[in-house]
Amino acid sequence: MKSPLDVGGNRTGADASPELAKEMMEGATMSPVETGFDLTAMEAIRSLYSRGAEPFGTMPPPPSVKGKMKSGMQKLKGKSPAVFLDLIADRLAFERTGTRLYEALLVKYDASDAQPGGPTRDEILHIHDEELEHFGLLMECMKTLGADPTAISPTADADAVASTGVMQLLSDPRSTLTECLHAIHMVELVDNDAWEMLASLADRLGHDSMAEQFRHALSQENDHLRMVRSWLQNTIEGQVGIS
Amino acid sequence: MALDLLHEKGTPLEKQVFTWRELAPHPYSKLDDDAFTRVRVIFMNGIEAGTIRFSHGAASMVNGELRQQLAMTRRIDHMQQVMVNWMNPADQTPLETTIGYEQVAIEVTASVAQHEPDPYLAQVYRFGMLEDFDHLYRFSALLDRLEGKDPNNILQSYTDITPGRATAVEHRHPLDDLRRPYERETASPISKLNALTILSAEHQTRDYYMNIAPIYADPVARQLYAEIAAIEEQHVTQYGSLIDPEESVLEKWLLHEANEVYNYWSCMQQEGNPRIKAVWERFLDYELGQMHHVARLLEKYQGREAAELLPETLPDPIGFHSHREFVREVLANEVDLRANGTEIVPLDQEHGRSLAVRDQLNSEGSPSEAVASGYRWEPGTELANVVQMRKSS
Repeated sequence: MKSPLDVGGNRTGADASPELAKEMMEGATMSPVETGFDLTAMEAIRSLYSRGAEPFGTMPPPPSVKGKMKSGMQKLKGKSPAVFLDLIADRLAFERTGTRLYEALLVKYDASDAQPGGPTRDEILHIHDEELEHFGLLMECMKTLGADPTAISPTADADAVASTGVMQLLSDPRSTLTECLHAIHMVELVDNDAWEMLASLADRLGHDSMAEQFRHALSQENDHLRMVRSWLQNTIEGQVGIS
Repeated sequence: MALDLLHEKGTPLEKQVFTWRELAPHPYSKLDDDAFTRVRVIFMNGIEAGTIRFSHGAASMVNGELRQQLAMTRRIDHMQQVMVNWMNPADQTPLETTIGYEQVAIEVTASVAQHEPDPYLAQVYRFGMLEDFDHLYRFSALLDRLEGKDPNNILQSYTDITPGRATAVEHRHPLDDLRRPYERETASPISKLNALTILSAEHQTRDYYMNIAPIYADPVARQLYAEIAAIEEQHVTQYGSLIDPEESVLEKWLLHEANEVYNYWSCMQQEGNPRIKAVWERFLDYELGQMHHVARLLEKYQGREAAELLPETLPDPIGFHSHREFVREVLANEVDLRANGTEIVPLDQEHGRSLAVRDQLNSEGSPSEAVASGYRWEPGTELANVVQMRKSS
């Protein structure tokens, strides 16, 4: 079985075949192209479309009157409740997908050789369970606010686009546990900051109970980030041979 | 390695079976496999798709046993196409795969153009090749400027990245995309196989661009794929019109099967990845089995022997290697050629109706010109050159 750290099999890069690369260089200069790194024509097309573009979509219908009464959303008069709901919906979708990411990481872990200082199965499962718990918490928050926890909000959609590659990597049988930890590290860094912002926003909007629950989730996310950083660092140092 | 086409019987149809696990095999490596392994995978997906497309069309023109037999072989071809196409890896973006598609179009068409005995058909292949050559340059600029990646990591230095016949001037009136068909009674068998080969490869390219373009968010990418897909549609019209419409359904069917044999045989001889070579060997035997099955139907329904249509041994295989010198020569001599009706003509003889079509399409700007404005391929992307220039200034 090959390891990605084996040396010599990679055929990319000009140095893989210097003679052919020299011919490529000749070929590139055969035709009369004025090199100017000229992106103005591309940027003009992009600007033209951007100016007339519709958004990905809009927020779901507002909470029912009963929901507003129940949730205290009427207190947000003069502010934009849609922003708060959009961010909760975003976090909800992120935690739901995050749960699936840790399921994929478990499969990856089971197929890998244990690395000293790397994750244990129980630790991965522990984080998985907390991501699931956070998803449940956010569903309850949405219901409390009279909003639909099953809808996709615009920011949830945008963040799902931004993080598409993470699941693509984790579900690929060829990716290694270390490569997947790199991706999870990225996810946890974002997740951490996003919980911080959400808790702070809940505070400022006067949703004290939610703010408290969000701060509890944040402290769990801090643990996740610390663990992932430590696994990644230990694994890399082990591979280098300096552990 | 010679192959006795008429006597090698291959795998009987009833033994051509699959499991889901086989149908979703491990892919090739984008980083470690030779670029021509990717070329062959993309190419054979196109050959299978071509036969399946023919089979569906033929089924609407026949009934009874022939319709049943078409369904039987078509199902096997479908499974073969799945196994081949699923060897493309998930870490290869659709735009990187697009670079692979254009490498197929250039290198396979260059090989076919050199082996084609009919001078008119050879001229048509060279004409199309220079257009795909330009597509590679435009898509390379897009890959560099959108994804920040070096297209040569896909091409592995086998295929030049430089303008060909500019995509912006490739847009023609439909009547200037039709060509004269070969004549079934007099054309050599390799001419018939060549036409099916390039038609299949170009048709899958058209379909691929039509399917993957909408996944791109960037308006430049969406416009560029729209523009180049339109040329691929023109190429399908061009290459499809090379085939004699007087051939019977059974005759065409036998030729498709023989063409699959020819192309798997070509792949098998040149494949360096042992796991993928085994797939080409297995499917060569499958296609031989299918071809002899159709030969029996030809005899039963038309009283004709396959030997009347097929050569005893296969011609030279498709050359899966760099045709750099040939492409450069064609580029130097033929870049200014145009089409007028069925003829390839000098620049000044192009029909006005094509100029009108082109002017209309380009009247709000040309994405292929915009994307490649001031673009020259550099190892490590054009940004490597920018860094150098900033250092020295």
